[in-house]
Amino acid sequence: MWIKKLFFIFLVRPLVLIVAGVSLKGKENLPITGPAILIANHNSHLDTMVMMSLFSLKTLEKVRPIGAEDYFCNKPYKTWLSKNLLDLIPLKRKPTKEEGHPFSGIYNALDNQEIVLLFPEGSRGDPEVMKPFKTGIAHMAEAYPDVPVIPLAIHGAGKALPKGEALFVPFIIDVHVGEAVLHKGESKAEYTKNLYSIVESLEKC
Amino acid sequence: MLESNSMITLVVLMAILALATAIIYVKYPTQELKDRVNSWWYILGFFSLGIMLNSTLAMFFFAFLSFLALKEYFTLIPSRLTDRRVMFYAYLAIPIQYYFAGISWYGMFIIWIPVYLFLLLPFRQVLIGETKGFLENTARVQWGLMMFVFGLSHLAYMLTLEPIDGVGGKELVLYLVLLTAFNDVLQYLWGKSFGKHKIIPKVSPNKTVEGFVGAFFTISILAVLFSYLTPFNWYEALGAGMLISVAGFVGDVVISMIKRDIGVKDSGNLIPGHGGVLDRVDSLVYTAPLFFHYVHYLYY
Repeated sequence: MWIKKLFFIFLVRPLVLIVAGVSLKGKENLPITGPAILIANHNSHLDTMVMMSLFSLKTLEKVRPIGAEDYFCNKPYKTWLSKNLLDLIPLKRKPTKEEGHPFSGIYNALDNQEIVLLFPEGSRGDPEVMKPFKTGIAHMAEAYPDVPVIPLAIHGAGKALPKGEALFVPFIIDVHVGEAVLHKGESKAEYTKNLYSIVESLEKC
Repeated sequence: MLESNSMITLVVLMAILALATAIIYVKYPTQELKDRVNSWWYILGFFSLGIMLNSTLAMFFFAFLSFLALKEYFTLIPSRLTDRRVMFYAYLAIPIQYYFAGISWYGMFIIWIPVYLFLLLPFRQVLIGETKGFLENTARVQWGLMMFVFGLSHLAYMLTLEPIDGVGGKELVLYLVLLTAFNDVLQYLWGKSFGKHKIIPKVSPNKTVEGFVGAFFTISILAVLFSYLTPFNWYEALGAGMLISVAGFVGDVVISMIKRDIGVKDSGNLIPGHGGVLDRVDSLVYTAPLFFHYVHYLYY
């Protein structure tokens, strides 16, 4: 995937790491190899770029964000960009029965030892406000109980590039990586709620 | 390239710093001292590079320093979402300010931010139309521009000054940065050794009268010793030393005021890896414009 690498070396990384700047806490909690699921709060398109810029170029090959198919793949050029620049796993927000399991793409990636990025809020909200998490992450954790789920809190990206704005304004973005969460057999609702409170507490410190 | 006397000065500085580093690491290996000495290596490296570059590159270099400081400031201060656009204009003002410095257009350099942006930014806010918080935001953004762009850009303009008696802008910048840095170090050392009376306990509990006075006298002497980097005679150098010592102190405590206001102790702790630029340039923000105008009044 040389296009993805070039895209990150020449555009994303300079923009995220130098023009905006990332202040990273909990670097030791980032996975070096897959499979793993990274989850974070979501305010900005920058979130994905920030998360992907945290990895070394070697690991980046294995890092794949999840995005809504109806948003990222609704036009041929968008599909091409999502596939080649981000190596995105498209997710159907309203799946039909015939198309198989909606998470099959994600499960394939995990089987391939890849690192999957997910925003459990579902979509970008107002800056610095966290919406409740959807339970999809609990389904994944149940299906893959051995795969670590790593919570991240991102702060400031929603100021640098909020939803609905095209103007990027440099602010330093705080990223706090928490310790891996393992599934302990709790219910889906409990698991999701627990994850939410972890991200919330990461944001505060 | 630098004149040989400034080259020698740089080498001597590195030797002094290397000695200090060795002493600290062997005899007093506390984290605070290690951090301090490490940050001085960065500053020395940064500015040596800055003044050795050709003048165009040096402008980019100092503009980048302004950008980093302004970005840190904007990240720290509270802001509304609509302030983003005003801040964007503030960032755009940086390359323009450094362009005026680079082409030595003194008139525009000196009024671009205090006059033109001062008048333009409120109007930009009118166009956005968010009335609540207008005054606070205008004041905050303009203040940041004055400190971290207008103030620091005097270093860049100083670089372009024509040589007098074989010493030019590069030597003056070296002289200023060196004395400002030594002033910080000496205030700390004098304060640690003899400090008893706190000078402004509410703002900066570590600053003492003894530290300030000790540094004031030492810097005045050093200013005369290093005056071969300037066109000054001995009493002009003495005046420069006193000016730099007092201004450096004031700059330091003014940046502390912001941090107290926002509620952080150290901007570097708040933003590890990318922070701490404000802490590094705090004294220079005051010494650079004041020293520049001192030189400008006497010689240009």
